[in-house]
Amino acid sequence: MYKAIVIGASAGGLYAIRDLLKPLPAEFNIPIIIVQHLSPHSDNYMIEFLNKTTNLKVKEVDEKEKIKSGQVYIAPPNYHVLIEDNETFSLSADEKVNYSRPSIDVLFYSAADVYKKNLIGIVLTGANDDGARGLFEIRKSGGLGIVQTPATAEASQMPNAAILEANPDHILNISDISKLLKQIIKEQN
Amino acid sequence: MHDKDNREKIEIDLLIEAVRRYYGYDFSNYSKAHIKRRMAVFLAKHRYESISEMQHHVLHNSNVFEDFLNNFSINVTEMYRDPDFYKEFREKVIPILNTYPYLKIWIAGCATGEEVYSFAIMLQEESLLERSTIYATDFNSNALQKASRAIYSIDNIKSYTTNYQKSGGKYSFSDYYMANYNSVIIDKSLKKNIVFAEHNLVTDSVFTETNLIVCRNVLIYFDRELQDKVLSLFNSSLITGGFLALGTKETLQFSAVNSNYSAVSKENKIYKKNSI
Repeated sequence: MYKAIVIGASAGGLYAIRDLLKPLPAEFNIPIIIVQHLSPHSDNYMIEFLNKTTNLKVKEVDEKEKIKSGQVYIAPPNYHVLIEDNETFSLSADEKVNYSRPSIDVLFYSAADVYKKNLIGIVLTGANDDGARGLFEIRKSGGLGIVQTPATAEASQMPNAAILEANPDHILNISDISKLLKQIIKEQN
Repeated sequence: MHDKDNREKIEIDLLIEAVRRYYGYDFSNYSKAHIKRRMAVFLAKHRYESISEMQHHVLHNSNVFEDFLNNFSINVTEMYRDPDFYKEFREKVIPILNTYPYLKIWIAGCATGEEVYSFAIMLQEESLLERSTIYATDFNSNALQKASRAIYSIDNIKSYTTNYQKSGGKYSFSDYYMANYNSVIIDKSLKKNIVFAEHNLVTDSVFTETNLIVCRNVLIYFDRELQDKVLSLFNSSLITGGFLALGTKETLQFSAVNSNYSAVSKENKIYKKNSI
């Protein structure tokens, strides 16, 4: 039974995330936690945009916030996101990882540690290697690893790196990732 | 129950207890996820096989402990991090601070001092530095030493300059430092009214009455219980009408002292202590 989905994206991620979330119904009852690489000075445009273009409730991660199902959480600019054993968020302003803060690897490691096999990790488009090690860690803990087909990604480096490092369970284009998620949720409900 | 994760949890708890009892630094109310992450970073850096092995070195080698401490105190900071915060502070708080003949300012968890000099420059530009004393404190003496040396890598100056300009800086950022090869040294005159001192928010108490406390991106590493304790420590240090500035993702909202404060800026987490 999957309890959470973590998604990492970088260059080209905004539209990829929108396309992935769009087909998901409002009653999609599992939390989705997203790290999208952003400038440290970004405003909340991404959250407004996703709230307008998807059926799900999208919000920025708040410190010590309880993780709720049916909610999409976006990492705040300039903070790493960690998950506590009691399924609340912690934030960290410590050093960048893979030149990034928030870093996908930091979220994925922490989520793998808490959710173990009950976690789905997804790496989307991006022009760096963040997320590859983290996805490996998720798979090592028994979770499910999904990577966007590199040829369909706006930037293929990140999916390629994740495929090499983590040997994911599925390599799919965005609409098939959405279908798979819907199917998984349907089966476990 | 011989499960590997449980073993790691035990090892972490034992190490934290050992560090508290032997060295007197108490990390037991730090966020567990944060501790795990810092331990993993430290483990990888020193290539230890387990946290138990790490504990041996931390307890028996003071150099390793010093590195352990540096690894646990987050010394990643920048000048004018969140320029909007400084801008709003200038607009809304400085005019009120200006009405006091003398100011005591506490910058808690100042790490390597970037924020301290950001404040010193702002106060200088607003003609307040002369009549201020800034207490810049941290539990990590290495970080404090760096802070008082005021020498920073030149690599970051470009982004600091942009931040300074966005923060409402009035002059040229280069007025405040001298460049020398790969580093810059902050203008000595800014240091005149700064007191650097070791202070541990977890174990030490109030040391002075203050008009303003700045503690940004420190509380995020603590659990709710410790956050509450530290916020009440700040509350006893602040005068009525004093200001408290937290990090943009930190809040007073869930703390016991919340009702004593009104928000000057919800977005930038600037609070004012009400008269009771």
